[in-house]
Amino acid sequence: MCLGIPGRIESIEEDSALRSGIVSFGGLKKKIVLAYVPEAGVGDFVVVHVGFAISQIDEREADRVFKYLEETGELEELKTDEVH
Amino acid sequence: MSDQGEFSVTCPILHQQEEKILMSHGSGGKHTSDLIEKVFLPAFGTSSETLHDGAFLHIDQSDLVFTTDSYVVQPLFFPGGSIGDLAVFGTVNDLAMCGARPLYLSCGFILEEGFDIDRLRQVVARMKDAAALAQVKLVTGDTKVIERARGDGMYINTSGVGVVERAGINPQSIQSDDLILLSGDIGRHGIAVMSEREGLTFETSIESDVGELYSSVRALFDEGIDVHCMRDLTRGGLATALVELSAARGLAMEIDESAVPVDAVVRGACEFLGLDPFYVACEGRMIAFVSSNDGEQALSVLEGLGSNPRIIGHVSGQSGPMVSSKTFLGTRRILDRLVGDQLPRIC
Amino acid sequence: MKYIDEYRSSDTVGQYLSLIDRISTRPWTIMEVCGGQTHAIVKYQLQKLLPDHIRLVHGPGCPVCVTSLELIDRAISIASLPQVIFCSFGDMLRVPGSQTDLLRVKAQGADVRILYSPMEALKIAKENPGREVVFLGVGFETTAPAIAMTIDLAKREKIGNISVLISHFLVPPAMEAVMSSPRCVVQGFLAAGHVCTIMGYDEYLPICKQYQVPIVVTGFEPLDIVEGLYLCVKQLEEGRVEVENQYARSVKKEGNTQALRMMRSVFEIVDRKWRGIGVISHSGLGLKEEYREFDAESRFQVEHVTTKESAECISAEIMQGFKKPCDCPMFGRQCTPERPLGAPMVSTEGACSAYYLYEGARS
Repeated sequence: MCLGIPGRIESIEEDSALRSGIVSFGGLKKKIVLAYVPEAGVGDFVVVHVGFAISQIDEREADRVFKYLEETGELEELKTDEVH
Repeated sequence: MSDQGEFSVTCPILHQQEEKILMSHGSGGKHTSDLIEKVFLPAFGTSSETLHDGAFLHIDQSDLVFTTDSYVVQPLFFPGGSIGDLAVFGTVNDLAMCGARPLYLSCGFILEEGFDIDRLRQVVARMKDAAALAQVKLVTGDTKVIERARGDGMYINTSGVGVVERAGINPQSIQSDDLILLSGDIGRHGIAVMSEREGLTFETSIESDVGELYSSVRALFDEGIDVHCMRDLTRGGLATALVELSAARGLAMEIDESAVPVDAVVRGACEFLGLDPFYVACEGRMIAFVSSNDGEQALSVLEGLGSNPRIIGHVSGQSGPMVSSKTFLGTRRILDRLVGDQLPRIC
Repeated sequence: MKYIDEYRSSDTVGQYLSLIDRISTRPWTIMEVCGGQTHAIVKYQLQKLLPDHIRLVHGPGCPVCVTSLELIDRAISIASLPQVIFCSFGDMLRVPGSQTDLLRVKAQGADVRILYSPMEALKIAKENPGREVVFLGVGFETTAPAIAMTIDLAKREKIGNISVLISHFLVPPAMEAVMSSPRCVVQGFLAAGHVCTIMGYDEYLPICKQYQVPIVVTGFEPLDIVEGLYLCVKQLEEGRVEVENQYARSVKKEGNTQALRMMRSVFEIVDRKWRGIGVISHSGLGLKEEYREFDAESRFQVEHVTTKESAECISAEIMQGFKKPCDCPMFGRQCTPERPLGAPMVSTEGACSAYYLYEGARS
């Protein structure tokens, strides 16, 4: 519900009726429909499900999960806790 | 390629170049001998004067290994290989996994009426090259033709015989604490074949890893590595081979996922399709169970041959069948036999 | 692979697990809705790494598992027709119908093809004008925009020899059904990240308020799941009840507006039968009037097959979180992926298959 894989847009076919392009998944390339991500361009990452890009990955939000641990300061407390 | 042969009243088509396999190619008559003379003998190099019901072999007083396998892959040609490569290397590798030097192969073809003879030539040419690489001889064979279904069917059986070079290489010789060596990265063959079949096309070609393993086995033997058991990875991939051996020997095995090499593009394909690389078919890859003292040395032997081997785990002292794999989190998941083939997921 | 590997790092996953351990003071039962999340949890054995008092239960988030038996039987009947090229996602092929399954029917000569994308069905229809192409459109909201666009294109390009057998489900009604059961044990939800990528998460607010249950929209990698769990546990501990978005790198509050527009022009909300649960009103999608010519159910009048569910399958109990697969007496014995009694054992999203695959029949 479903398998959505992140991939990088390598190229876009501008003249096809349905906006599509080549997306690379760790080196594997596949033609993907990009009609649902009209603002995504070459170099952007998208989440792909059944041959359609369903979202453009927000890089800032993607990093947030890592920054969260530092920002809350709980990481520091954790380090203190771990000293047994 | 037109044939300017004689015209005969009894059978006007006798000397014409046939483009497609006919039922008569399998019936033992003139068409069959034409096929043998024009397609098989030029590839497999046996003089036609010695054709008989069987091949006479002289093998000195050694223990022999005898194996057989059948090849029904579709498509016949895929990136990096063909059914011809599989038919030779697959059987050669089975012999090598038993600690034997492969010597002779037989080859039985079952062809569908309507099969393109040029395609047959291409397959046979690949078999010839594979046999040369593996240093084996194809010494006897058979051809049968079955009624047309789709007209593209080719099924090959190869049986092989080799001399035992080191005795006792079998699952029963696996010991607790044996290290499990993997000869290279996994999953190439399955992805390569899948990329041609079922309309799953990828722009980047992933090539099958089909190839011979005897040279690796020979190198391990020459260096005196204490090898207990070997298995080539085929259908069902790495996980299936481990599960089968764990069941055969009755010992549990533990592997570390992070140690198993998977090519980046194969990995991308597996992520994309929702497949587990551990179960994706390989061809020219093997696992070897070696004594715990010889692990590092065995690694450098195989590295010296240009492959990318790893020690991926060990045999535990607990009873099996049980194969567990350590995830990146340190937890263990159980590997078991798959039911049927992995199907690409959407969900 | 970017946006995958960094979410499978043992350090950061470990940090969140420690945080959950530190902040949780009481037992909590949390349901992850999506089958993909179930598989990640079972594959990486996350339950074993959580404190004992945090219990995970698995939800009905497997569209393959909840597709009605009647529809599967109908799919099999249609696939068996000689003029039909039957196209499906791979997941559906081994799901047991009353008598057989699509894979067996394919082995007997039916033209059944596994597709990665519904657009491939359109291509097959164009290339085979003399045949009827039928696509089995199974999924939750995530898959609906892809199917919608395929049908819309078929209409625009006047491709008449294609139709779709629709089995689309909506998540929020299923969550409501779970919460409104008198046996409900769920105290918090991890909502499905890719469903919400399409739909946004506005429709979860009423559920959150009505049932006083925290909902965290969560991704699918191990790091996503533990962060989602952490945020959920934190809400529960602090007595908050909100909809939070863990999967913000993909999910926006308003969802994907282009996808929603296409979905709403092709589909309308209908009642749907969930296998093992029953009919849930307004829980599915059906084709709107102007697209109904592409509905395979009306295009093909097939012989009615008497549906026969397995008496022993307890998938309803499992999909609502009342039982775990290992609680089922048939699990690993009479019910295996080779001889499944129900869909959850054979679907790659099913809870039973996850347990069988990663914990073995011995669990």
